[in-house]
Amino acid sequence: MKAFTYERASDPAAAARIVAAKPGAKFIAGGTNLLDLMKIEVETPVHLVDVQDLDLQRIENTDGGGLRIGALVSNTQLAADERVRRDYGVLTRATVAGASGQLRNKASTAGNLLQRTRCPYFYDTNMPCNKRKPGTGCGAIGGYSRQLAVIGGSDKCIATFPGDMPVALRVLDAVVETINGQGQRRSIPIADFHRLWGDRPEQDTVLKPGELITHVVLPRPLGGKHFYEKVRDRASYAFALVSVAAVIQPDGTGRVAFGGVAPKPWRVPEAEALLPRGAAAVTARAFQGATPTSDNAFKLPLATRALVSVIAQAKA
Amino acid sequence: MSDFLEPGVSRRGLIAGSVASVAVANTPARSVAQPTTKASEAPMMPVRFTVNGQQHSLSLDTRTTLLDALREHLHLTGTKKGCDHGQCGACTVLVDGQRINACLSLAVMHEGDEITTIEGLGTPDKLHPMQAAFVKHDGYQCGYCTPGQICSAVAVLEEIRAGIPSHVQTDVAGKPKFTAAEMRERMSGNICRCGAYSNIAEAMIEVAGAKA
Repeated sequence: MKAFTYERASDPAAAARIVAAKPGAKFIAGGTNLLDLMKIEVETPVHLVDVQDLDLQRIENTDGGGLRIGALVSNTQLAADERVRRDYGVLTRATVAGASGQLRNKASTAGNLLQRTRCPYFYDTNMPCNKRKPGTGCGAIGGYSRQLAVIGGSDKCIATFPGDMPVALRVLDAVVETINGQGQRRSIPIADFHRLWGDRPEQDTVLKPGELITHVVLPRPLGGKHFYEKVRDRASYAFALVSVAAVIQPDGTGRVAFGGVAPKPWRVPEAEALLPRGAAAVTARAFQGATPTSDNAFKLPLATRALVSVIAQAKA
Repeated sequence: MSDFLEPGVSRRGLIAGSVASVAVANTPARSVAQPTTKASEAPMMPVRFTVNGQQHSLSLDTRTTLLDALREHLHLTGTKKGCDHGQCGACTVLVDGQRINACLSLAVMHEGDEITTIEGLGTPDKLHPMQAAFVKHDGYQCGYCTPGQICSAVAVLEEIRAGIPSHVQTDVAGKPKFTAAEMRERMSGNICRCGAYSNIAEAMIEVAGAKA
């Protein structure tokens, strides 16, 4: 691990100011992803600003009938919140489908949105990777790509966003709130938060340097039945090959987003409008223009079958 | 490396030597990864926390994980280093009552925290009920993952009592139960290469006072 200096911040704008002003500075909260990547020197911050003391640890009711989740709320705390379990079941289900109990106790809500890809070429510093080291090429294209994106990638990168919680947040139309060093706040719809890789796969999100996530806001509850169907190589503690987050209403309409298939939680409004016509209609539209590799082409029928399972459970 | 032990060379000494030679063999690959700062110039930070009821004040290289602080600085070697990447759970300790991977947490981030390791749960003379249940149910073979398994298991029962939901619950709005399926799901962050999983779940169910 590269050497770094460390400080504990007591104010969000001050924390943002420090990170914006100092090249190579980063925020650290739970640290479960960042520290892992620092050990293998994929991440090499020169200064860490520890935000754990900031007053961003509560889940509050909003005037609009929704919830405002502090950036530092742990995965465990979020999943266990009575209001989340009752009104946003898809979020609890997605959150407990991710990582392990130990990691969920440490991992923060904001950190979950900022999880970096688990592409093996991103992790292996001996391999080319445009995301880790822009301009070096992509080892995954033409390489081992079983876990990687089937849609939304580019000729520079086919990494997937690995998380579960943000797939549920996408279905719920959550809004990410941030603050910068000048104290200016910004609200970013979750649909716009993660980027498609294009020519700049090194940039995962639309956040600017030093911009700090403070909250994630959930609109009022949607009702309906909530599902998070995650298909993976073992029954627990593995990243999704394909996941389906869905809220299905009694009349068969609803919302659906897919995880494990693209650089971001993958939700196509024109596709979910086809829910009453069945899973195959939805996935045909959602994955229109998909460019799977021979390694990961199985994800397309798998997504359809996972959605078949969700729709069957909704009707039961 | 020779397949045969030379006279006077103990197996333990040979293994230690082999580990050292592996480290040397890795040097070219690791040379890209040398810190730019010399060890003597690495930023140091003071930190104070309580481990098993005892206050400690340390001055640590900022890179020191909680796991390395416990093992290398406080010599509490009950907590084990397995993968060092949060994948195996051998380093599980309790921080302010919650289980975490000590390998994925910087020691300097634990100012003022109350940490409990396997050494703080029970002693050879007075075992924690979970330790006694692991012995009774053969919840281990080689024992390397066991301190992490036991710390995790103690926390799991508290998490179920607190109503924290899990992936295997049919109704996430309801209360979780002390079933084998719950134990297995909640313990999935603790890997056991000997495969003592079913006995671990039985030990946990007995301590929970529930029927398997």
